[in-house]
Amino acid sequence: GFLIPYFIMLIAEGMPLLYLELAVGQRMRQGSIGAWKIISPYLCGVGVASVVVSFFLSMYYNVINAWAFWYLFHSFQDPLPWATCPLNSNRTGYDEECEKTSSTQYFWYRQTLNISPSLEASGSVQWEQALCLTLAWLVVYLCILRGTASTGKVVYVTASLPYCVLIIYLIRGLTLHGAVNGLIYMFTPKLEQLSNPKAWISAATQIFFSLGLGFGSLIAFASYNESSNNCERHAVIVSLINSTTSIFASIVTFSIYGFKATFNYESCLNKVILLLMNTFDLEEGSLTADNLSEMKDYLMATHPQEYAQLSPQLKNCSLEAELDTAVQGTGLAFIVYSEAIKNMEVPQLYSVLYFVMLLMLGIGSMLGNTAAILTPLTDSRAIATRFPKEVISGAVCFINCVIGLIFTMEAGNYWFDIFNDYAATLSLLLIVLVETIAVCYIYGIRRFEKDLYTMIGRKPNWYWKLMWAFASPLLIISLFIFYLTDYILTGTLQYQAWDATQGQLVTKDYPGHALAVIGLLVAASTMCIPLGALVTFIRKRLKRESVSTTA
Amino acid sequence: MLSFASQMHRMLSKYGLVSKQLWEIMQISNILLCNVTDRVSFWFVVTDSSENVTTVPGSEVEAAIRMNRNRINSAFLLSDKTLQFLKITPTLSPPVEPSTPVWLIVFGVVLCLILAGIVFLVVAGIRQRKKKNKESTERENLEEKCEVTITVENGIPCEALDLKAGHINGVFAADNERFTSL
Repeated sequence: GFLIPYFIMLIAEGMPLLYLELAVGQRMRQGSIGAWKIISPYLCGVGVASVVVSFFLSMYYNVINAWAFWYLFHSFQDPLPWATCPLNSNRTGYDEECEKTSSTQYFWYRQTLNISPSLEASGSVQWEQALCLTLAWLVVYLCILRGTASTGKVVYVTASLPYCVLIIYLIRGLTLHGAVNGLIYMFTPKLEQLSNPKAWISAATQIFFSLGLGFGSLIAFASYNESSNNCERHAVIVSLINSTTSIFASIVTFSIYGFKATFNYESCLNKVILLLMNTFDLEEGSLTADNLSEMKDYLMATHPQEYAQLSPQLKNCSLEAELDTAVQGTGLAFIVYSEAIKNMEVPQLYSVLYFVMLLMLGIGSMLGNTAAILTPLTDSRAIATRFPKEVISGAVCFINCVIGLIFTMEAGNYWFDIFNDYAATLSLLLIVLVETIAVCYIYGIRRFEKDLYTMIGRKPNWYWKLMWAFASPLLIISLFIFYLTDYILTGTLQYQAWDATQGQLVTKDYPGHALAVIGLLVAASTMCIPLGALVTFIRKRLKRESVSTTA
Repeated sequence: MLSFASQMHRMLSKYGLVSKQLWEIMQISNILLCNVTDRVSFWFVVTDSSENVTTVPGSEVEAAIRMNRNRINSAFLLSDKTLQFLKITPTLSPPVEPSTPVWLIVFGVVLCLILAGIVFLVVAGIRQRKKKNKESTERENLEEKCEVTITVENGIPCEALDLKAGHINGVFAADNERFTSL
């Protein structure tokens, strides 16, 4: 159902903007700050905003890698630790919290995160998570140590290994019982979903994130290309490969998801059947999934009192309801997949494969982010001449690791959600909007055309020009309007907190200091653009005044 | 049903679940089944044949079953989930925990590998930089040495210059044609 907005957004936003960024980087041959300064001195703020967004992203994104490491290290046990609940203190039953929710959720919320009931109760740093985070940062440091040249070689591994694992999972996933249900669910378009603007917004942000637009990493990488590199062809190829990979990955995801939903549905049915058979002392095998509804009516008619006593415990099992439980958020990804994996044969193998793939993808993203931060630093002569590359990369990794310790505290996951939801989304939209407008209207689309002609020997055709000049900016502005109206309509911002006594998520309001942090995050990156213009304006004014006074 | 009775008799007698005196006198007929339903569930009592028609107290039977639950299960090739004694909740066996958690071991291995990689790369980088510095200082030293022993004129060692022959500078050679001859 998600495919239609996804494809439309890809053609309207993804490909043109990717081409734009690659061309800018290749032409200007500098990282994001320098490149935008060349286009117009008032736009140095755009580059700085990209670097700030990349910095925020690298702060919190590596925590996902730390969690992936945690799950990976725990996959070497039999049975998997999230497959069964731990016992309570006098060994008569399972742990209370685990009983109310499933064992995979318990493993995630209690044993991985040790989450606190609300944002205010910060708790202490979890040393196990801190260790995993340090390891994740050491891995990133190892890859970026020698600069972008060595990063290029690492990316060969981090980009190709996930494909192998995805193919294995595709074969395994499609042969699972109940996978077809998930695939049918994925491909049936839901028309009421299309009219909801949130679907379009999430499609757009998904495209931005997966292509890496607006982070400055594309400009940084493209600046290392030769000037005659055919970036138009590369842009089209990259976006097509990216979208086919996304579809491929979502086929795998939905087949596994269908398996999990079918498994839960069948165990729910079995529980109901067992309950009925025990209460009414029926023969084994008389109640099956097929005749369940008829037998229920029959029992209700023949033994009305006992049935009425039993009915609060009888759940209505529905496959649709299982499939509809929304799959979003990083925590849910861990929960859903670990739940599906624990029911397969040889779960350790599949678990190791899955988390290695997740690690490769996560580290690949981290390398792009840190490259976006390091390229401006190594470009600036003030810093690069004084410190060698290794020291600069080491300093960046160390600072990020220390800040990342916040996310390993007991309330860390709530702060993670804040960063995840607000650090990048709005700022990226604004940065990309300013980029398109800058290239088309400030730099001039004719000048840009001529540059492309000198670089690749061919002028961009009407499709690209139309997209750059009109379609993409309009789409982004409409997305902005949707976001703002949505925020104004709902009023205050809320978050999902884990309630240990009930064993489920509850909605709470953000406290004051959290709202301040959110505001700071959004402001820090978006304000860079006007501030940069202001600073340049003031500098030029001062220069003009000093020139006029000396003359 | 008969097989259940015989199995129960075997269990109770074989594993000394009841006191020694009763063991000899107990027979299969001492285990009575009642209330058998379609669901393969029933009640049973264990009677004591030495004293006629008295049943072994329920608490004793309960305690015996609780102690030897897994043996009973394995005799019937069933498990705690498929064979249920009402009011006797099974005490669950705790999972096996090794002395050091497994994940720490794997973590340690990976950490050592990564640290080794980092140290190797850093040392290689330092060595490369030292080599470059050494090469450039060697070149400087060589140039200094040359200057001491060989006299240099305009950077060219004097031996190379053929002071007698000289070099014709092509730029000025062509001037002869430009100037009108006298």
